[in-house]
Amino acid sequence: MLTEALFVSTLLFVIGSFGVVIRRNAIIMFLCIELQLNAVNLAFVALSRFVGIEGQLYVFFVMTVAAAEAAVGLAIIISIFRHYETVNVDNFNLLKW
Amino acid sequence: MTEILFMVFAAVAIGGAIGVVAGRSPIASLLFMVATLASISGIYVLFEAHFLAAIQVIVYAGAIMVLFMFVIMLLNLGHDYQRDVKTGLWAILAFAVTGLTAGILGRGFLRAGDISFYDRFGAAAAIDQAIAEQGAVGVIAEPLFTDYVVAFELTGLLLLVAIVAAVVLAKPRSAEV
Repeated sequence: MLTEALFVSTLLFVIGSFGVVIRRNAIIMFLCIELQLNAVNLAFVALSRFVGIEGQLYVFFVMTVAAAEAAVGLAIIISIFRHYETVNVDNFNLLKW
Repeated sequence: MTEILFMVFAAVAIGGAIGVVAGRSPIASLLFMVATLASISGIYVLFEAHFLAAIQVIVYAGAIMVLFMFVIMLLNLGHDYQRDVKTGLWAILAFAVTGLTAGILGRGFLRAGDISFYDRFGAAAAIDQAIAEQGAVGVIAEPLFTDYVVAFELTGLLLLVAIVAAVVLAKPRSAEV
């Protein structure tokens, strides 16, 4: 079952990174980043079954960081939306060359 | 039985992930994401990580996804059906790069998935015994409050900083003194 779990984890990570690159809606990009974090968590849990309980602790920390990241990121989205009236990241081009 | 359950959960997780990327509105993506998270928590149960499975449902599917839902509701993006998908050369490049990433990860994981390599650790039996003795929560809590206590306290600090940052960032400009 380990190989299958790592395969699912790879697939989820790749779908998540593809979503970040291909979508321009800031909220969906955030969801895709959460998807990538979850893919890594899945690999941690699957390997922790065979290597040691520490893997589950790392998942615990990753979840906390994900919660903090979601809170700050959504606050940034709200603050940007107030200024531009959109969440499409193609419109935020002030620092683009 | 375990294998069948795993296949079902994996199929729902991957289908939900595709739904997240392909969803037309943020709300659709969000609901697909909840399905993915729930089935990942099912896979955690199959790997005997019961506490993490509960946390996954409560914190991820419960708290974080509801936070996303609140923001979508607050910004009124539920009917935002404008196309935001990059196409053309960009999409081909993205497909190539992520395909390459998948290849590299898959190659590494195929080697890492060799269970006989891990048999010398004997961790599966040790974890099962620890769960039987200390319970599913105790087996996580014991190292968390001994070996990893510094990291644990720093996590609390991180959450505090995140709360303050979220309040400051989301505050309207006119409210500034």
